[in-house]
Amino acid sequence: MSDITSQSLFELTSNIKEKKLSSEEITKVFIDRAEKSKKLNVYVTDNFEKAIDQSKKFDSNPNFDLKLPGIPIAVKDLFCTNGVRTTAGSKILNNFVPTYESTVTQNLWSQGAILLGKLNCDEFAMGSSNETSFFGNVQNPVGENLVPGGSSGGSSAAVAANLTPVTIGTDTGGSIRQPASFTGTVGLKPTYGSCSRYGVVAFASSLDQAGPMTKNVRDCSMLLEVISSFDQKDSTSIDYKRNCYSKELSKDIKGKKIGIPKEYRVDNMPDEIEQLWKNGISYAKDCGAEIIDISLPHTNYALPTYYIVAPAEASSNLARYDGVKYGFRSPGQNLIEMYEKTRSEGFGDEVKRRIMIGTYVLSSGYYDAYYLKAQKVRQLIKKDFDDAFSKVDAILTPSTPSSAFKIGEKTNDPVSMYLNDIFTVPINLAGLPGISIPAGKDKNNYPLGLQVIGKPFDEQNILNISYALEDKINFKNDISDWWVSE
Amino acid sequence: MSKNSEYLIERENKQYEVIIGLEVHAQVTSESKLFSQSSTKFGAEPNTQVSLVDAAFPGMLPVINEFCIEQAIKTGIGLKAKINKKSVFDRKNYFYADLPQGYQISQYKYPIVGEGKVILDMPNGQKEIGIERLHLEQDAGKSIHDIDPNNTLVDLNRSGVALMEIVSKPDLRSPDEVNVYIKKLRSIMRYLGTCDGNMQEGSLRADVNVSVRLKGETEFGTRCEIKNVNSIKFMQMAIISEANRQIDLLEEGKEIDQETRLFDTKRNETRSMRSKEDAHDYRYFPDPDLLPLEISQELIEKIKSDIPELPDEKKKRFIDKFNLSPYEATILVSDIETSNFFEDVIKNSDVKLATNWITGELFAVLNEKNLEISQSPVSTKNLSKLINLIKDGTISGKIAKTVFEQMIDGDQDPLIIVKEKGLKQESDPKAIEELINKVIENNSDKVAEYKSGKDKLFGFFVGQAMKESKGKGNPQLINKILKEKLNG
Repeated sequence: MSDITSQSLFELTSNIKEKKLSSEEITKVFIDRAEKSKKLNVYVTDNFEKAIDQSKKFDSNPNFDLKLPGIPIAVKDLFCTNGVRTTAGSKILNNFVPTYESTVTQNLWSQGAILLGKLNCDEFAMGSSNETSFFGNVQNPVGENLVPGGSSGGSSAAVAANLTPVTIGTDTGGSIRQPASFTGTVGLKPTYGSCSRYGVVAFASSLDQAGPMTKNVRDCSMLLEVISSFDQKDSTSIDYKRNCYSKELSKDIKGKKIGIPKEYRVDNMPDEIEQLWKNGISYAKDCGAEIIDISLPHTNYALPTYYIVAPAEASSNLARYDGVKYGFRSPGQNLIEMYEKTRSEGFGDEVKRRIMIGTYVLSSGYYDAYYLKAQKVRQLIKKDFDDAFSKVDAILTPSTPSSAFKIGEKTNDPVSMYLNDIFTVPINLAGLPGISIPAGKDKNNYPLGLQVIGKPFDEQNILNISYALEDKINFKNDISDWWVSE
Repeated sequence: MSKNSEYLIERENKQYEVIIGLEVHAQVTSESKLFSQSSTKFGAEPNTQVSLVDAAFPGMLPVINEFCIEQAIKTGIGLKAKINKKSVFDRKNYFYADLPQGYQISQYKYPIVGEGKVILDMPNGQKEIGIERLHLEQDAGKSIHDIDPNNTLVDLNRSGVALMEIVSKPDLRSPDEVNVYIKKLRSIMRYLGTCDGNMQEGSLRADVNVSVRLKGETEFGTRCEIKNVNSIKFMQMAIISEANRQIDLLEEGKEIDQETRLFDTKRNETRSMRSKEDAHDYRYFPDPDLLPLEISQELIEKIKSDIPELPDEKKKRFIDKFNLSPYEATILVSDIETSNFFEDVIKNSDVKLATNWITGELFAVLNEKNLEISQSPVSTKNLSKLINLIKDGTISGKIAKTVFEQMIDGDQDPLIIVKEKGLKQESDPKAIEELINKVIENNSDKVAEYKSGKDKLFGFFVGQAMKESKGKGNPQLINKILKEKLNG
């Protein structure tokens, strides 16, 4: 049996069901590795003691019919967890302990999973490098002083470093797929409405989706099956029949039509990304898929549109953090002064920047020129995909325009940071499912990802295509445990 | 106000007209709030009716309460208004301690209900007031400044309670019309069961828009909005005071600033709250947590079929069917409880008498004791019995008043009172003739005077005969027999 922490979710569940491993054994091994991996700074809050208790409890009365029997899982610190501090990576929620559970995490526990702890992320999920977190940088296990991507940076690093078998992140403009790409892991953003937003700290409500982050495609299908559910507590949750994604997982993609959008060949794209894409195309052909050139003409407008819509919603969503009801408060002589001090001290620079952008684009006199126009462009972007999907079953693109960069490299250049999301943002704007799978490495040996985009609710199809490609690509993450301290 | 007269404010040979528009905030009658399941019960301990959604905890999402939607549609139908099949919930963004989300969920561009109307019964006839729109929104919590000297306390029990904002067109022209308009609106909503209209508990409050112009002018003047006035009396006072303030400014050759004002009830004057320049930029945008609200024709039809008879229709029926005067009908339909009481009484008794007794004696008692008709000390059953006693001649109207006075005390049965006190009317012609003979014998001088042409004395004889019967003589019979005797 290989090292427990490097086992896939599929292997761990099989080993538990076959009684080769106990939940306690597995949980302790992950906790032990976490204790030696503090340098990565993936945890904001751990739940180790309770996790061991729960694993013992599971072992004393195991239910092997569950989909995640006694499996310890750490989750992004954007999901509210009952009785466990939830910070969203922000000082303003530094002391916040919810009395309720998000639907998505509840789905995990209902299937037997055990909470290991809360994973670092960019503050309120605003960032592409995990550098905006109040709780500090996360190290990418791929290489020292390399960002793990963001905003689900703690999550991607934790999966890549074998600190959790799988995890869940959230993706508003690429926050699952980009960190997955940077760490050589798999990350899927489901169709908007697939996973409930109830109990997930909101960034931009019309874009936010939770999704699985895993070592491989099969694990991804297993986890999606658990977390995706219709939820009456979220009015944007959609009631449709969800597949048994893991059961229906298949490498047979013969005859599938895969679109290649010409607009994703952006200027200055590194040759290695271009090569990665070409390889992906030829693997898809090898699997019997038909490659079709398509056009998504409004792609260029996606990033500016996103940076109007997302901050607009965020500026309103974050108004509740005012020091009145919960979280951080900086006292003032009067209400206005208390607000000003609380929000000035409680939020970091990137969050403040986006609140200001959002407030500006919604202001009277600017609303029509920015917010309203952005909504119209969003419709055009969506229509681009509708048109494309009348010809193809899925779309293949690179996940990111580059591999992971150094910590601090882009912190003073927000726009170049925002460009990281250029291939992922349009998918959120259109509400579509997208998955990033590791597909190769750059000259520094850093991982690179390919993105498969599907029709609404067609997660099964993009999982199957990814499953087939994964097999051909045969990617191996080359991680040396450089951070581990004994 | 005399018939056909307009409400005008005079200044040195000039007459100013007052233009009023109201934004009424009516609390939707509903067990739970607009977007959460917390109770809306009035008067609970502070912060005991607050869910995680109402207090805007991280990750909490609004879920629309469909009953409130139906209540708004119902009200729209009652206002003869257009129901918009698609409407949108927007966020109105501003910071305040009793606004937990940092925004109020409201409807801005696309309200649930469009244009409608309300008919006012004024002394000089009917007047139609246009309704601009009705939209749904959340109420805020309450800031309490007077308990702790150093801190403001916040009670979130009201936070998230559903309100209907009903916006009138600037069609109102006097404090009297405002009075009748508010009462009519309240009456319609109480008929529908969509708002209890209880102004003491804050279920009904209004922002009042006032402007003035010279009589004959067709353009509107600059308006001021007086925020959050919570009684009809204060609305009327605020309008008069604000109109006069504006006229004074115009008379001095000054301009009126468009602004938001508050009414100081103690000083009976309005004062500036914020100018147009300081107006909040609420940054409205569609709430991304809620999908646009779509209403099916089917639902509208279903609600329509459940709509009870409303005051205007009921009034018409009362006039047509029961031959009531428009005045009587207006009084009886003004409140659904009154009209129900009336209809209950007339099931078993005479309409004309019932109308008079309810609008006369009963209303006087209710007024005196400060009671609602639902708390009437006399039941409909006993009131109809009393009316039947009058109608069949068992007692006279006068005796009936005595009986009524006793009925009030514990809703006593008039039949028993009449029986126990021996108040039954004397209607035996022989007995009446006997006591009339007695009166004639005892007053021979007056009889002579009467016969010599002093007709007025007839009343005297009636009085004497009534007295002789201890008030129980049948008046019609006394009249008839007296006439025969004296004129014969």
